[in-house]
Amino acid sequence: MTTFWSIWVIVLTLACLALCFGLLVWNMKNYVGVEEGESCGHEFDGIEEINNPLPKWWTIMFFATFVWAVVYLIAYPGMGNWEGLFKWTSSNQGITTLAESKQATIDNQAAGKRVQLDQEIAKADERFGPVFQQFAKQDIIELAKNEEALEIGQRLFAQNCSQCHGSDARGGLGFPNLTDKDWLYGGTPADIKKSLMDGRVAVGMAAWGAALGEEGVDHVAAYVLSLSGRTVNQKDAESGKAKFAMCAACHGVDGKGNTAMGAPNLTDNIWLYGGSQRAVKESITNGRAGVMPAWKDILGEDKVHILTAYVYSLSQDK
Amino acid sequence: MSQNNSQNKHEIVEKNVGLMAILTVFAISFGALVEITPLMFQKDTTEPVKDLRPLTALELEGRDIYVREGCYNCHSQMIRPFRDEVERYGHYSVAGESVWNHPFQWGSKRTGPDLARVGGRYSDDWHYAHMIDPRDVVPESNMPGFPWLATTEVDTTYTLKKLQVFRDSFGINQSNYDGKEGKPLGYGTDAELQADVDSIKGKTEMDALIAYLQQLGTHLK
Repeated sequence: MTTFWSIWVIVLTLACLALCFGLLVWNMKNYVGVEEGESCGHEFDGIEEINNPLPKWWTIMFFATFVWAVVYLIAYPGMGNWEGLFKWTSSNQGITTLAESKQATIDNQAAGKRVQLDQEIAKADERFGPVFQQFAKQDIIELAKNEEALEIGQRLFAQNCSQCHGSDARGGLGFPNLTDKDWLYGGTPADIKKSLMDGRVAVGMAAWGAALGEEGVDHVAAYVLSLSGRTVNQKDAESGKAKFAMCAACHGVDGKGNTAMGAPNLTDNIWLYGGSQRAVKESITNGRAGVMPAWKDILGEDKVHILTAYVYSLSQDK
Repeated sequence: MSQNNSQNKHEIVEKNVGLMAILTVFAISFGALVEITPLMFQKDTTEPVKDLRPLTALELEGRDIYVREGCYNCHSQMIRPFRDEVERYGHYSVAGESVWNHPFQWGSKRTGPDLARVGGRYSDDWHYAHMIDPRDVVPESNMPGFPWLATTEVDTTYTLKKLQVFRDSFGINQSNYDGKEGKPLGYGTDAELQADVDSIKGKTEMDALIAYLQQLGTHLK
């Protein structure tokens, strides 16, 4: 705050206090010329005005607010640039980047300031940090058997993941089921952790509608459905098989998919976007591209580690 | 009796409504003069965060749909500096993120969660499914569905004008954005703005709203 605005705040604050104080003192004296408790000499509809003094309890409380104001303005930042004896502030001010925010936390701590939020976070870190750190050192496969870690993971999942994957982690149309053994980007602990940390942006399945034509889409859909043993028109499927070469680039010649690209396995009768003939045709015609957000910055690696163990545990045989 | 007592000066105020009104305004103006006026001139509250950029045509139309549908009635865009909020939503909101919000969308009621940093937190597909019927993805949600957004095209009649007003009214200058990601609009020429407006023709209101949501809170880096 510049000196001008600091003085502006100080002068107006003190003036306001002084005026209120003056008003109170002024009104404590009886100027009316009528004894206290006596009638002022007028009445309306039988209601008489009595010259009563300011209630004592009220006046005392009013004075107490002035005492409070003085103590507060000395202890806390209220008077322009005066930091207050407690050097208290709710949060760091003037942040324009995350790096500045981190730096401000360090600087203000070094300067002996009490930043409420930073103190709250430090206190929580002190309490919960060791719990997360202890788990962070453990191998994910081991951690997936640790009841306590799984309970924490389950809560993190409910808070952050269930919106898409469902509270039972069984997913939904367009959002993968995490409890089966079918993984778009791989189901090893390392794969899962990478998906959580950095997110996944699908290379994306192109829209084949224009290239294949309506009949072509029908045929490819028939072939794709036949891969997982569904009953289809054989003639259509054979025609579709010839066109499947285009699909094989991502889904593989055998249609078993490719976790490096997030291309789903088409032979297991698990369908992210629906397994009806119509849904499969829709996928082929207009393409699909799923996005998994990155959680590294939101949750931090220690929490992601526990979450990974939880997600990993979901698909393990119990 | 008392009416004629010249010592009772308070009576002047009691008997002059106009004077009483003036003194009342005087008395209650202190709070605003001390707590609001200085903020309009503080670097802390008027300086944009480093990576702030003006909204693109699609995002700006999305913002207007956000306002039109009254999203602010249930969703705030203001993460307060408390640990529980910071843990759930991310870094607390800072003034420099809101300097170009006209009108600001801070809100004051959270029936739904805060949206100040919702950008990038869900996929576009999720937002689409959620907006069509929130219970498809969050079974316990009490948010209404907004399915008509998906079938209504964005009205671009005034988009160019809005972008121009944005560019010309808020002291936006090129140096703030050089090399920043996202379409560096706002300081753009009319031709650039027009090209952006042309590029969103045929987009749905759903596309616009999702584009707006996906950039929320992403400028504090």
